[in-house]
Amino acid sequence: MPVTEKENLLKTVRSLRWDIGDDLHDTLMTDIYTDANRISEKVISTSGKKQRFSWEGTLDRILTGRLTGIPVMLLLLSIVFWLTIQGANYPSSLLSTLLIDDIHPILKSILSTIGTPSWISGLFVDGVYLAAAWVVSVMLPPMAIFFPLFTLLEDFGYLPRIAFNMDNLFRRAGAHGKQALTMSMGYGCNAAGIVATRIIDSPRERLIAIITNNFSLCNGRWPTQILIASLFIGAAAPPALAGVLSAAAVVAVALLGIFFTFLVSWLLSRTLLKGQASTFSLELPPYRPPRILQTLYTSMIDRTIIVLWRAVVFAMPAGAVIWLLANITISNISLAEYIISFFDPFAILIGLNGVILLAYVIAIPANEIVIPTILMLTVLNLNISGVGSGAGVMFEFSDANAYTTLFSQANWSLLTAINLMLFSLLHNPCSTTIYTIYKETGSAKWTWFSTLMPIFLGFMITFLVTQIWNIFFI
Amino acid sequence: MNMQNCENCPVHNKSQLKRLGVNMDNWDYVIALAGNPNTGKSTVFNSLTGLRQHTGNWPGKTVTRAEGGFEYNDRRYKIVDLPGTYSLLSTSTDEEVARNFILFGQPDVTVVVADATRLERNLNLVLQVLEITDRAVLCLNLIDEARRHDIKIDDRLLSKELGIPVIPASARQREGIPQLLEKIDEVASGNYLCKPYRIKSRSTKLEKSIERVSDLIVKKYPGIRNPRWLALRLLEGDQHIENAFINDELDFLIKENLAIETAEISEE
Repeated sequence: MPVTEKENLLKTVRSLRWDIGDDLHDTLMTDIYTDANRISEKVISTSGKKQRFSWEGTLDRILTGRLTGIPVMLLLLSIVFWLTIQGANYPSSLLSTLLIDDIHPILKSILSTIGTPSWISGLFVDGVYLAAAWVVSVMLPPMAIFFPLFTLLEDFGYLPRIAFNMDNLFRRAGAHGKQALTMSMGYGCNAAGIVATRIIDSPRERLIAIITNNFSLCNGRWPTQILIASLFIGAAAPPALAGVLSAAAVVAVALLGIFFTFLVSWLLSRTLLKGQASTFSLELPPYRPPRILQTLYTSMIDRTIIVLWRAVVFAMPAGAVIWLLANITISNISLAEYIISFFDPFAILIGLNGVILLAYVIAIPANEIVIPTILMLTVLNLNISGVGSGAGVMFEFSDANAYTTLFSQANWSLLTAINLMLFSLLHNPCSTTIYTIYKETGSAKWTWFSTLMPIFLGFMITFLVTQIWNIFFI
Repeated sequence: MNMQNCENCPVHNKSQLKRLGVNMDNWDYVIALAGNPNTGKSTVFNSLTGLRQHTGNWPGKTVTRAEGGFEYNDRRYKIVDLPGTYSLLSTSTDEEVARNFILFGQPDVTVVVADATRLERNLNLVLQVLEITDRAVLCLNLIDEARRHDIKIDDRLLSKELGIPVIPASARQREGIPQLLEKIDEVASGNYLCKPYRIKSRSTKLEKSIERVSDLIVKKYPGIRNPRWLALRLLEGDQHIENAFINDELDFLIKENLAIETAEISEE
């Protein structure tokens, strides 16, 4: 294609632009608006009898009010978590009894009757199967309660109202108000939240939204928060308040995430990513009565099952890795023990332990498997030989208290629990999210930054908490 | 026996609609689903394809296009759910996805889903879509909500004004979907000839300039769709379109949007 033809075209365009004048865009928009207005006035009629939008107006005044908006938001979130924590306990222990106490020994005995070599049954039943079973029993009940509740709020039209409440805060942090929406998406899945930043026009603000999305607790991290909060915070509280306090702890961690979102956005927009926040208009959608049954169905299929499936898929190879780490030994000490004792001195400084750090390394592909991995590694590190004896076999529990027993055997304290909750909020994104960041930004530099910055923050915060704790309690 | 008679009757559209989900090789027609954010495009998409793409009550839910298929009247349709946009003139990535597809993807029918309770604002987009395509159907969604708010819309008059079929619908309750299918089919097969409304009050000077530029565009890109619209954008100083010309991306855009590939759905 000759270059001249193209140049000719653009030259003609430029000279014609002088003739027409530079208010063409405005003229065109005005034409469109005028026509749209004329047509709609022609075809719309109202009988004028009913008072319009009345209850919606009242509801909006409460949900997005200057004084009431944020407290109502916190209250709603707390109720959601409280219901999740209260509701998940019983089905969770039921599932672990079925999958771990009942089915696991059956699988073992079947394999041994047909004469399978012990390393194969170890790798597949004690490693792969148990990891998957653990993921299902730990994660399925909280997810099956939390996601439908969250989806109901979304369906009702509450999410943009959250954005509306927080818009001002985001603007003051130098970020885009729509970041509140992508942040909310991140509560489902950070990778999805990062793709959703495409709704932000300015590249600067979009980058801020991408980098800080990891501060939204995702699907994979809610169960960690909920489980640890109900085991440790709930146990430290008087029984009557256990549920409320554990819910409050989870809300506090989520709020801390929002705090870091603002802090990091603010710091970035004043240092590396300088600039003004751009304005935008946000349309508050009408409240729509949620379709309960359909919501239950889609949130079960779209979120619960898909997230659970992903967790199981990642947990199975992780289970194999853990079993191998536990069973490959050099001079009678397993690889896992080497790594754990290597991590330990540093981990103690930040109030965690080597098992937790190793679990976070193994769980880079998916945050969902952190808790199951920690449980497996703890059991093996303590050399507990339960019914399914042998290294790398997960211990067997019949009720939720067994977790507490196990953790206290491994010298966990309230401090460990608090730091684990903090570290679960502040650590590197999962590998899917890292890949999505790279795809969306196209920049290795920003991908590294988004990956390492949260870990650095996590180490710093847990270190500070540990030192302060030691001053007061030791 | 009685059942069979029912199913053969053209009024009974259940026999005519076959949802294909994501299986859609060898389609006869391509449909684009456009509209303002949060008007229920994904709900319409789901009820046509039988897919259950997650829908959410907030603007900006769909940022990439999702695709599905259905069969109606023995013709196979591929349907592309576009991100919601307020206009086709703007700049963000999601709006560009929508605009590029309607412009260069050459859909056989563009279905614009509008919120009946906010018709005037939605018409801004409808009018812009009608500038770049001849075959469109307007789905006046959320008509139940409009009724609840005591808003009456004369859909026949609106159809006459716009020159395209207008279907009042409530996709959530599956109301109006059969009629929508019928009209899509008529427009796609050419049985319904649209006479799309074009925005008036353009000066003669502007008309002449558009004419001149669009002639040059056609000369460089023979067979291109919407040369007049592209000319207008160039005259207006639209950087995206100008860059597309400068970097020879126009050919690329046309090819890319024609070779519609498998759905890229935002959720992992």
